[in-house]
Amino acid sequence: MNEDASDRVIEMRGVTTRFGSNLVHDGIDLDVGRGQILCLVGGSGSGKTTLLREIVGLLAPERGTVRLFGHPVLDPDTRVQRDVRRRFGMLFQQGALFSALNVFDNIAFPLRELRLVDENVIHDLVLIKLAMVELEPRHAPLMPAELSGGMIKRVALARALSLEPELLVLDEPTAGLDPDLADNFVQLIGALQRQLGFTVAMVTHDLDTLAGLATRVAVLAERRIIANCSPADVLDVDHPFVRSFFCSEHARAAMRATRRT
Amino acid sequence: MLRSVAEFATRAAATVAAAITQEVADGRPRVALSGDWTLTALPAPVAVLQARLRECALLEPSWDLSAITRLDSAGAVILWQSWGRRWPAKLAANDEQRVILARAAAVPPRQAIRPPASALDALVALGSLALAGLRNAREFVTLIGQLLLDLVYLCGHPRDIPLKEFSAMLFKSGAQALPVTALVGFLIGVVLSYLSSLQLKMFGADIFIVNLLGISVIRELGPVIVAVLVAGRSGSSMTAQIGVMRVTEEIDALATMGISRTVRLVLPKVAALACAMPLLVVWCAAAGIVGGMVSANLEMDLSYGYFISMLPKAVPASNLWIGIGKGFFFGLLIALIACHFGLKVRPNTESLSALTTASVVTAITVVIIVDAVFAVLTRGIGMPGL
Repeated sequence: MNEDASDRVIEMRGVTTRFGSNLVHDGIDLDVGRGQILCLVGGSGSGKTTLLREIVGLLAPERGTVRLFGHPVLDPDTRVQRDVRRRFGMLFQQGALFSALNVFDNIAFPLRELRLVDENVIHDLVLIKLAMVELEPRHAPLMPAELSGGMIKRVALARALSLEPELLVLDEPTAGLDPDLADNFVQLIGALQRQLGFTVAMVTHDLDTLAGLATRVAVLAERRIIANCSPADVLDVDHPFVRSFFCSEHARAAMRATRRT
Repeated sequence: MLRSVAEFATRAAATVAAAITQEVADGRPRVALSGDWTLTALPAPVAVLQARLRECALLEPSWDLSAITRLDSAGAVILWQSWGRRWPAKLAANDEQRVILARAAAVPPRQAIRPPASALDALVALGSLALAGLRNAREFVTLIGQLLLDLVYLCGHPRDIPLKEFSAMLFKSGAQALPVTALVGFLIGVVLSYLSSLQLKMFGADIFIVNLLGISVIRELGPVIVAVLVAGRSGSSMTAQIGVMRVTEEIDALATMGISRTVRLVLPKVAALACAMPLLVVWCAAAGIVGGMVSANLEMDLSYGYFISMLPKAVPASNLWIGIGKGFFFGLLIALIACHFGLKVRPNTESLSALTTASVVTAITVVIIVDAVFAVLTRGIGMPGL
């Protein structure tokens, strides 16, 4: 790799996490370059979501550093922290929409907190984000409780995108969606990534999501990243988890398809 | 992919402030924009930039966006709005910028969301308030009716009686409330005794402290203080618990298993509180009397033995029964109100907090009203010398 430091969006060095006596991560190093779509896979309980929470600074690792855009995500200077946090968007597994606010106000929330642009601009920006996630203006006054699972994900994606982030962090983006909707959502994220050019780091169980989006796959097993390579190459990794995860005929076909595109 | 890589190279570089250059070329006005027109890179305050753009737009110039290094939807919206929501006659922009601008162009203009206020609004608000009150009352009566039907059903099916829930509730709202009710009762007794002793001493009527304290604490203050404490303690927790169960669809899960939510959730709470409250009233009144006794002993040298021997003469036993009866009804009402509001919670945080507040406020208000009714109904009972 000949990228210089400024091209790395995520830079993890020696990240060690421990919950009580349970060692979850043992010295994880991970780099994600600009424009990459990194998919983090691993067995249940291997600490994928924990790693994702450490990337966005919701959890402090016991040892090691996490840097986003070259700045420590948990910088002691709160201004640096805030600026870093404004440069990425996070899509939570359940959407985490503010249930007291309607769709419009949910998407407008980060924009209003920025205190930079007036309501007229915010209105147009929110409707652009709604259109980006293929929702219509008539959905704007709905409350989160009135939305279907697929719509919640879309609104949450629109909210994550509202500050035009350079990095999008996705936690199980297609969990809880039926295959058809999941497929749509994956295509939507892919299309938006091509249009807006952000970097993506995600955790998923779903092979179709992985095959449809990822440009890199990082495999988390035995408390370490045992592989960080292209989706096509991951099939050649000789490890029990990789074999069982990618073993089915369907999985192999899906993964091989990525080699062609 | 190639395009993105090119864009990342520029993104990695430091941001360049958005700039506007206004000039006249060949006798025609021309506006050239340059720098980063992105949300995070826009110079604050943005309003100044917008005013400047609108000023430029008035001249109907030709617009040149070719020097813009980065453009995002925020920049596009600001441009589009300053153009008066239409494409300028002369525009030099690359395809990528046109795509971003087209996204802003596709947005329908903002409409007045709120219809103008009319004179009838106050009337409508009053009417909807009254209707909401009626609806609440009807749902409350329905809940009571359902509980009565459940009781009848449980008489025939004693195996379905939710004994575990009942005892858990009794422990949570009764046993665990003992320390706080004792402390509050004791302090009220101390304060009441101290303040009245100051007055009574002036008239040389020291010994009437027993009558005063006994009647007021056992008959009136005990039940009301316990009711306020329990409404704040157990009432709010019942509403929040049932409310969160609504939010997380646990109540629906119960329904699909064929388990009645009133039998399993509401009835044990109502029954437990109706049992625990009278006991708490006695406990709290006892603490109040002890507090008053200690205070009277310190302030007026009234001996403990005298106080205790005088108490049965000064306070007829019917006062205790009135206090216990009040405790029973207050407990019933607090639990019913708490469960009623809990079941009304809609799946959002706002509704949960509003209804928990409503539950506690309503419970305390209703308790005070019922207490007044009790006072009227029992006005001839339990007064010494009547």
